Amino acid sequence: MGEAPLGGEGVDGQSEDDDQRIHPMQSLLDNPFLLLFIGVAVPAVLYTIWGVMEVASIPIGQ
Amino acid sequence: MVAKEKFRVCPDTGFKVFQHTENLIKANAVVAVVFLLIGGLFGLLVALTRWQAIHLLPADLFYLALTAHGADVLLFWIIFFEVAVLYFAGSVLLNVRIAAPRFAWGAFILMLVGALMANVAVLQGESSVMFTSYVPMQAAPHFYLGLILFAVGALVAMFVFFGTLVVAKQEKTYEGSIPLVTFGGVVAAIIAVYTIASGAIILIPTLLWSLGYIAEIDSVMYKLVWWGMGHSSQQINVAAQVSIWYAIAAMVLGAKPLSEKVSRGAFLLYILFLQLASAHHLLVEPGISSEWKVFNTSYALYLAVLGSMIHGMSIPGAVEAAQRRRGYTQGMFGWLRKAPWGNPAFSGMAMSVLLFGILGGITGVVLGTEQLNLIMHNTLYVPGHFHGTVVAGTTLAFMAITYLVVPLIFRKEIIWPRIAQWQPYLFGLGVAGISVFMMGAGTLGVSRRHWDMTFSDAALNFDVPPAAFLMMGLNGISAVIASIGGVMFILVIVATLLFGKDRAEDACKTNPVILPDGGAVVATSGSEGVLKLPGTIALVSVFFLAFVLYYFVNWKYLSEVWPLS
Amino acid sequence: MALTPPENKHWWREPLHRMEIGWITIAFLWGLMMFGVMIYWHINGEQNLSNEAYRVDPETYGEKVEAFAEKYTVRTEGKNDTPVVKPPPGSDVYMLGRLWEWWPILELKKDQTYRLHLSSMDWQHGWSLQPTNINIQVHPKYEMVMTLKPTKSGEFGVVCNEFCGVGHHTMLGKIYVVDK
Repeated sequence: MGEAPLGGEGVDGQSEDDDQRIHPMQSLLDNPFLLLFIGVAVPAVLYTIWGVMEVASIPIGQ
Repeated sequence: MVAKEKFRVCPDTGFKVFQHTENLIKANAVVAVVFLLIGGLFGLLVALTRWQAIHLLPADLFYLALTAHGADVLLFWIIFFEVAVLYFAGSVLLNVRIAAPRFAWGAFILMLVGALMANVAVLQGESSVMFTSYVPMQAAPHFYLGLILFAVGALVAMFVFFGTLVVAKQEKTYEGSIPLVTFGGVVAAIIAVYTIASGAIILIPTLLWSLGYIAEIDSVMYKLVWWGMGHSSQQINVAAQVSIWYAIAAMVLGAKPLSEKVSRGAFLLYILFLQLASAHHLLVEPGISSEWKVFNTSYALYLAVLGSMIHGMSIPGAVEAAQRRRGYTQGMFGWLRKAPWGNPAFSGMAMSVLLFGILGGITGVVLGTEQLNLIMHNTLYVPGHFHGTVVAGTTLAFMAITYLVVPLIFRKEIIWPRIAQWQPYLFGLGVAGISVFMMGAGTLGVSRRHWDMTFSDAALNFDVPPAAFLMMGLNGISAVIASIGGVMFILVIVATLLFGKDRAEDACKTNPVILPDGGAVVATSGSEGVLKLPGTIALVSVFFLAFVLYYFVNWKYLSEVWPLS
Repeated sequence: MALTPPENKHWWREPLHRMEIGWITIAFLWGLMMFGVMIYWHINGEQNLSNEAYRVDPETYGEKVEAFAEKYTVRTEGKNDTPVVKPPPGSDVYMLGRLWEWWPILELKKDQTYRLHLSSMDWQHGWSLQPTNINIQVHPKYEMVMTLKPTKSGEFGVVCNEFCGVGHHTMLGKIYVVDK
């Protein structure tokens, strides 16, 4: 990713840390309820709902 | 709200262990092990029946035992244990009280009542429908009700876990992001919510149907929604077991994840895509499009498999890094040879990683490949695969961490350490055999869930290849070895809890269970980028080679089958 | 370490080890390859399951199978006098599963194609052709159709491999493949 690590060994890096914003990906991963939402919504749509649509559209035979 | 909750400070780790947490972990873990014993016993009876030379149980009891085995180990043993793990990962690791302990106990009772009810239904003989209970085959209403109550209880436990995270954040009991092991627990809990929701959507109407309130349930729809629960429940196991691997590596060796970013990113891939694999079970059903099958069975372009492969590198990498920093730098594998193989927590974890990856993981991807499934569906290859994942992987990992939970939470010294030392090896060997030989039999066409491979009561004749009988015999022997390993585990743990010496407050100095000052031995910075890890590179390369070869060999087998379109 | 919060407050911004980047890249590309192979096989491979399926009423399906059997029966076999049916190459052939048999027995010609129809009269069954090892799930109220071409002559068993009750292991069918 090319960015220099912050805070070095974590011993004296306090002041440098506070200047930087938390990376958006980190914010996502730190939010268990947002993760819960996508973790339920994504498989519900791609597997369950799409799957139900598939089964429901099987045609009637003669 | 309520007066300050009681807690103690763990002398070994420094974590705050609240009284409610401790009791809940103990209750769930003990009940889990009881179901492991019951389910394991049924499993042994099944294996000794499928060993044609012994053919222990008559047909009706065989199908009953097989149903009970599936429900007791795949659902009850594993999920009770996972609930205990979540209370540990949430409450102990975050130094916080459990949110709403009354709900947590309510959940426990619901789960217990449900599990007992389902077992009673099966034992009564009218519910030998297998753990999958495919309609239009029908079980007694209290079979379905038992499963539903169990699921509802587990869901409540999940919400207690999420609530605990909220309390920890509000009361600022930790700083920054939650630990990786807790994060793994979050992943497991998220998958559990989807799992249980799917289960409710299908089992509630099925219960009503068994009571006569609904006329009919479409059998393909049933399978689709049921497996949203059925396979996803196994993915809860994957997330929990990976978290436990990290936890054991940290406790026993002070191993740090190579990169929090990479490990958490891999867990994110699990959250998004792991559950799609439920499609594996519908690859040879009528009418479903190949687009749906290919997309879902591949976990969305194999992104969730990428997650697993990442953990498969991260964990050995973390162990190697920790060992090298401790001075075990001889050659490529000195770090591995000098690892604490006499410590059952470590040996169980290491074998779990190895066997899950090679026996369970690779075969799972192969089994779940749309066209390859044609030559494997419902053969004994399928249970061969999942004994590699759920037993050699998850169950062994859960056994491994029990060796740490008992001294740390129950505060008892493990009794009969020599037996404890050998237990993971025996169990691992036995289960590896079960997995390999069942897959061998399946490749020869032997069917799963089948009482008589000689078809002696059929109206026509057919002979399976003679080698299949050898496979089933070897499977039987492996099952006996695994059962001995299982009994050893249960004996050691139960004996320790009943008769073991109490673990003294200063035992962390005289008899440490976990590495003292785990984090300080290894560097404090996150990326292990300064260290070369040739051993891990070698291990993952061998794994990858095996994966590629085995994958293409199966396409070769498929190409020799009758053309189908 | 894994049991405690990450020391680095900005752990997402940490650079990756070269080994990690390498392995992630390899694993990602391998995943794409495996995905691609399934698609490739649909285009160039000879073993694919068609999605052709219809909702049917079991009684109607049963009548179709009986009519088919009556037309082309050449003999009977086994304890239940199961008819052996020899249909013309290229035609629609039928089999049904029911507690506890596959009916009828088929006699097919090597290297000829047939449109095989499968359905169940009652519960779910598994159509497992051995030793070829082709395994299909058969549902009641769904008729599945696929084009099949036997490439080897001999005697083939159709084992039921979806648990269907206490007689499950007695459920066995047959397909003969003859040279002419």
